Amino acid sequence: METIKSNVTLDAKGLACPMPIVKTKKAMTQLEGGQVLEVQATDKGSKADMKAWAESTGHQYLGTIEEGEVLKHYLRKSSAEETAEKKHPNVINNEELQAKIASHDSIVILDVREEAEYAFNHIPNAISIPLGELEGRLNELNKEDEIFIVCRTGSRSDLAARKLSANGFAKVVNVLPGMSKWTGDSVSLNL
Amino acid sequence: MSVIMMTAKEVTQRVFDKKELFILDVRNEDAFQDWKIEGQNFEYLNIPYFDLLDGVEDILHQIPINQEVLVVCAKEGSSIMVAEMLSDAGRDVSYLQGGMKAWSEYLEPVKVGDLKDGGAIYQFVRIGKGCLSYMVVSNGEAAIIDSTRMADVYTAFADGIGAKITNVFDTHLHADHISGGRTIAARTNATYWLPPKDATEVIFEYQPLEDGNSVTIGNTTINIEALYSPGHTIGSTSFVVDEKYLLSGDILFIDSIGRPDLAGLAEDWVGDLRETLYKRYRELSEELIVLPAHFMIIEELNDDGSVAKKLGTLFAENHGLNITDEEEFRNMVTGNLPPQPNAYQEIRETNMGKITPDEEQRREMEIGPNRCAVR
Repeated sequence: METIKSNVTLDAKGLACPMPIVKTKKAMTQLEGGQVLEVQATDKGSKADMKAWAESTGHQYLGTIEEGEVLKHYLRKSSAEETAEKKHPNVINNEELQAKIASHDSIVILDVREEAEYAFNHIPNAISIPLGELEGRLNELNKEDEIFIVCRTGSRSDLAARKLSANGFAKVVNVLPGMSKWTGDSVSLNL
Repeated sequence: MSVIMMTAKEVTQRVFDKKELFILDVRNEDAFQDWKIEGQNFEYLNIPYFDLLDGVEDILHQIPINQEVLVVCAKEGSSIMVAEMLSDAGRDVSYLQGGMKAWSEYLEPVKVGDLKDGGAIYQFVRIGKGCLSYMVVSNGEAAIIDSTRMADVYTAFADGIGAKITNVFDTHLHADHISGGRTIAARTNATYWLPPKDATEVIFEYQPLEDGNSVTIGNTTINIEALYSPGHTIGSTSFVVDEKYLLSGDILFIDSIGRPDLAGLAEDWVGDLRETLYKRYRELSEELIVLPAHFMIIEELNDDGSVAKKLGTLFAENHGLNITDEEEFRNMVTGNLPPQPNAYQEIRETNMGKITPDEEQRREMEIGPNRCAVR
């Protein structure tokens, strides 16, 4: 079983509706925008409700893993990133990236979302380095490569692209809008 | 203000009596859209409980003051929370005990009629899911037809009227609900009957139910005559009880007819379905009272809550019995089918004895409407 990284874990096991959501809502206020919450629950109905609650509040429901009786729900707290202005000049859209993947043997795709987001759904062979860890992991990337950076909506990848450029990476491209609208091949957790 | 608990039985009475009721359903939208409490004079408001965690002030103006208000959720917990919040805001409201889970499982027994030589036939209306099952009682003996999973209800009812269950029937292998037939038969030492053509994959002992079989209940002569009527499934069998009642299983309903696709063979069975409805049933007396295994819409209920109509009336009024063109009939029952019932494959396998899910899983499998018909 793949382990999925989260910032905070909430134990809601043994609790019946509405308590898992009540506790989740409370726990969410303690998180910073963009952080990932893992909620462990045993109420079967909590899966549909987590998803619907996240949609109604603007948080991001990443997915649920079932381990025996326990449902592990992963949610990412909403942040202001979607509205941030994107400044990196070199961009391509999802379809163009999809075409490049189809016509090239190997291209470098860097996914800067949180590990939990990446775990539930990502482009095959994409490298996972969350934005928050990028600074310290630049040595894992090659400055000569053309690097396509993807996140959920294009904002975190914009920040990442600017960071790489500032550190001497010459061919850095931001993918817009990113995984939120990705229709090409992807690797998903078997839910 | 106080929060009042309302039982599924009390809500059922309001459905039967066509009373007004304002239902605040606090489940999520998908669940509400898929399946809800139906009543001819019920009004609805769907706001998920998780949108009300910070208070109910924003919705107070949408909740009527001079009308009975019932808060409903999946299992009860969230509806109590919301009902208490409304109560704190000065409103008199009720919540549904056990939530939609209890609603799905509630059975209301309705006496359909007396039998010629004493005895009676009862219909068990599973109001939340539209399943109908039957108990034929005569002189201290009882037969059960198309029982639901809630075996206790039938055995308790039989005990209450002092009858011993001697025979249990399923008209076909059900795909929309888990049969309680085997459980009841095992518990009461009754004979469990199943049409052999539907039972090719079952892994338990049963008495093969075949065309022309006749079973006597009690020592008066109440005959349960089997009538082979394929179409919904290949083995589907109807019963004529006491020469007066036609238990049509999932072949013929009041306002619709059975769908032939739930065992995966719509194309093969559409001919059988037509043969049954347009030839075999035509040979029966139009005076027979049709007692189906389902209702689809709440309008099919009679004033006393029963679901029953004369065969002659259905020949005149049921659209599915009035399609002269065979091709048109074929198109209606094979194209344009409604979504299949929740977990219908698993339900079939459970009814075959191939899998034995626990109580909670069985409950989950049956959630939602039954969808066994085409109109």
